Amino acid sequence: MARRRKYCKFCADKVDYIDYKDIKTLSQYTPERAKVLPRRISGVCAPHQRKLTMAIKRARHLALLPFAGD
Amino acid sequence: MRRYEVVFVLAPRLSEEEVKQAVETFSGAAEEKGATVLNIDEVGKRRLAYPIKKFNEGIYVVLLLEEEAGAAVAELERRFRVTDTVIRFLTIRIDQHLKRADKFKDRREARKARRALAREAKPAEPRPAAATEE
Repeated sequence: MARRRKYCKFCADKVDYIDYKDIKTLSQYTPERAKVLPRRISGVCAPHQRKLTMAIKRARHLALLPFAGD
Repeated sequence: MRRYEVVFVLAPRLSEEEVKQAVETFSGAAEEKGATVLNIDEVGKRRLAYPIKKFNEGIYVVLLLEEEAGAAVAELERRFRVTDTVIRFLTIRIDQHLKRADKFKDRREARKARRALAREAKPAEPRPAAATEE
């Protein structure tokens, strides 16, 4: 279980908008079973996590990401 | 001026011309209602993460529009719901997001500039720049 030290990658890269179309990045935060990674594992900061979750859910709606996987 | 991003997915069995036609119809409808179409992106066929209406693939199209207060968007959504070939759609309002993103960027630039200036000042500790900026 990777316990990322401190930093939020989005904060480090100064990303302001998390695009639901960017499934390459999004899928980094969706492991198997297509769940959304919790913050304590991914190390994402709170505001970015919220945006990330919303982007993931949108992507799921558009079938760019699965709801459940194997 | 509000900016919207509209994504819709068409059934995969459509031919090139049918797709072009559909895109024309929708973007035309938006313009009729007073929107300016800023960009059309036909992403093309993609595998769906899960079957929708028994299809496993879909044709994705992204529209970027600008208008006052959403009449065009309402019309587009109404049409999407009615059209059988549209199997998914999603409208997002992005002007606020872009505004916020720009605000953060501006804040950051301003902070950087302030710090750079402070550093250039002589050893006398400069007062923390109380520059009130929006």
